[in-house]
Amino acid sequence: MSKDKIQICEDLADIMPPEYQDLVEDATYGDQDRGWKDVGSSKELIEQHSLCAGCPESIAFRYVLASLPAPEDTVFVGSTGCTSLVFPHVAVQNIHSLFGNQNAIASGLHRALKVRFPDKVKDVVVLAGDGATVDIGLDMTLQSWFRQEKFTTICFDNELYANTGGQESGLMQKGFVSKMAPVGKLFDKVRLPEIARESGCHYVACLTVSKPNRVEKALKNAILVAREFGPTFIQLYTPCILEIGKQSMEGLDEMKDAESIGGRFVYKEYATDDVKKFLKEKDDEAKARKKAKKSAKA
Amino acid sequence: MSQYKVQPGPEAFLPPSAASMGIVLPDPGEAHIEGRIVPEEEAYEEAARKLLGAKVPTIFPGPLVLWKWNDKAAQKATAIRKLANSIPCRLIPMADYRPKYPKIDPEVEINPNHPNLTIWHNKIDVCIFVGVHCHQANLALKIIRGGTDCYTMAMCAQAGHEDACLSFRDASVEKIERLTAAVLKLKSEGVESQADEFTQIKLNRQGRIA
Repeated sequence: MSKDKIQICEDLADIMPPEYQDLVEDATYGDQDRGWKDVGSSKELIEQHSLCAGCPESIAFRYVLASLPAPEDTVFVGSTGCTSLVFPHVAVQNIHSLFGNQNAIASGLHRALKVRFPDKVKDVVVLAGDGATVDIGLDMTLQSWFRQEKFTTICFDNELYANTGGQESGLMQKGFVSKMAPVGKLFDKVRLPEIARESGCHYVACLTVSKPNRVEKALKNAILVAREFGPTFIQLYTPCILEIGKQSMEGLDEMKDAESIGGRFVYKEYATDDVKKFLKEKDDEAKARKKAKKSAKA
Repeated sequence: MSQYKVQPGPEAFLPPSAASMGIVLPDPGEAHIEGRIVPEEEAYEEAARKLLGAKVPTIFPGPLVLWKWNDKAAQKATAIRKLANSIPCRLIPMADYRPKYPKIDPEVEINPNHPNLTIWHNKIDVCIFVGVHCHQANLALKIIRGGTDCYTMAMCAQAGHEDACLSFRDASVEKIERLTAAVLKLKSEGVESQADEFTQIKLNRQGRIA
């Protein structure tokens, strides 16, 4: 599928609400260099969201959706949590799975797509919260990595079960006291990026969403590597401002603090040597494309 | 026990699914009217009468006919436009299934998660679904039957819908055209449209232009 497929039937085009006409005219389907900079100047694939005002997860969603290399050929698999409140609003195919099952569903889906569309590149992306990825779904997450399933897993890490009032999760930091965990976390935050690396992920990135360039790069890398090599993993810090007692406008500061030296989310990236070489080639290709585009404009 | 009838509501906040009340789907070549299995021809005439007798008859085209997935979808869209012109009736699209509450503009669109808003706002008394995926149509039809007094019909491309007051199955371009022909036949026999005067809504990227 490409932008050619996203067309309205002529005979009913004039009854379609403007947002759909915008989607056809102005979305960035088919543009392999689409990215977060398109936000605001083209039609986004997220129409509205039902998250709290100022929630960093909402901006993470925008960056992720804007950076997908081929949204028309991508299927998201989501799970229970705040992310599942957003999926019904996005213009990308998505499946909601039972809490924690997301990587198992994605494994089957990816295999089915391979059989159904043998000549096409179809991206499967798991996007779930830390509860689904690390606690309830850790078995499914790890097994898919062990099996070298070729899809990307994204974890929106807000360090607790935000959707249900702030229970302790495996990714919560040690000592943190939340509304539903009044004693405080007794053990360390699970080191999921390292676990992912050791479990067979070919590309792993851990970052906050304070810098859209980095999010875009990490997402594109993860998806391109998953197509060729095997499982990839991205952990994005999307703090729950309600549960950590911040105001709506303080999400960005919280992320910046968390990624400063000594913080829990200092940017880290793991990739095998083959992957590094592959990504370098892809970077060179992208640069050449940009250069060609620029000279064509001039 | 008397047979359950799939009639316009408002039935209840949580109406029972018609299937659970013993309503079965028609076989090929058949349709159902309020749960009674009838030959398709009878259903065409009944549907045409309902559409012509309504004050605000409305077609709800769904994603399968609004988006140009293939040539067949485009042909169905053409047939639906002809059907709307023949009655005449409003066309209100169900472009996708994303919940839009509370942002929805119920005058120009319908959503399966809260179809009652569009029915209430436009005072629709008879509607027909075409090109809506079955699971979403079932959801919407039940909500409409639960909370409104709208007579629902479904032109289903699969096995039909128990939860519609009248349902066809195996919808195709030809079947939509047969419904148009049934409308025109009744009109030629003197049956007049009872529809209130209206202007078909037209939209572009800036908003409403008619």
